[in-house]
Amino acid sequence: MAGDRIERDVLIEAPIDVVWEVISRPEQIVHWFSDEAQLDLRPGGEGVLTFETANQPAVYHLRFEAVEPPRRLAYRWVYPGGEEPRPGNSMLVEFTLAEEGGRTRLTVVESGLDHMPWPDDEKQGYADSHGKGWAGHLERLSAYAPAAPSRPLT
Amino acid sequence: MSAAAAGQQEELWAALGEPSRLRVLDALLDRDDATPTMLARELPLTRQAVTKHLAVLGRVGLVAGRRQGREVRYAVDPDRLAEAARAMSAVAARWDRRLARIKAIAEAVHARRQVAAGDR
Repeated sequence: MAGDRIERDVLIEAPIDVVWEVISRPEQIVHWFSDEAQLDLRPGGEGVLTFETANQPAVYHLRFEAVEPPRRLAYRWVYPGGEEPRPGNSMLVEFTLAEEGGRTRLTVVESGLDHMPWPDDEKQGYADSHGKGWAGHLERLSAYAPAAPSRPLT
Repeated sequence: MSAAAAGQQEELWAALGEPSRLRVLDALLDRDDATPTMLARELPLTRQAVTKHLAVLGRVGLVAGRRQGREVRYAVDPDRLAEAARAMSAVAARWDRRLARIKAIAEAVHARRQVAAGDR
């Protein structure tokens, strides 16, 4: 994993239009992602994803950055809701679909923690004192990991 | 994993997905505990902003506050932080699981449609 970017992909034995339906339609999204989904599927459109938790549901507001059926779907999400998702306060999730001889390659990239909202010199100072930005944070936080009781994380 | 546990992990990950909030947490890691006023003094954030971030971190259990006089002193919960660290390293694995589910659903839909088309 390079810095703040997570990239994964999968090859699916189905046409690109079918894969697009599964990733973009609320009635399908609830089968692989959130417990509830309300989406205004167009560039700039907003959406709400709800995940059940032991306490109260976790609610995420998202905004679509790109809706280009059937090849590209991108949104930003921010937690907690109430703030406008924008670079600097939110994560960007991008799905890319590509045809591979009747099959479909689906790639997802989640990124955004690099977009520090403060000025460059300060950012530099921060990077210097904390390793390399987000990667430094990960290392730092990971240092705490062995201390905690190990629970399976699935 | 239960939907509830997944939601909590998602929430924990999301609570850290804001750079200023991460800085508040980071500043708090440098000391045993601190008040919002103390943190606001060393960060380019107002006390109100710091308080808001601490509330979000508190909601997911990453920090806990203890009232002392007029102010609340906050400290990091190391167990919960360790959990957050694991949640972060598990984000890629989580996407793998989601992609696997997308694959299963899409292939089932496709197979069903092919059968339906064959029946016609």
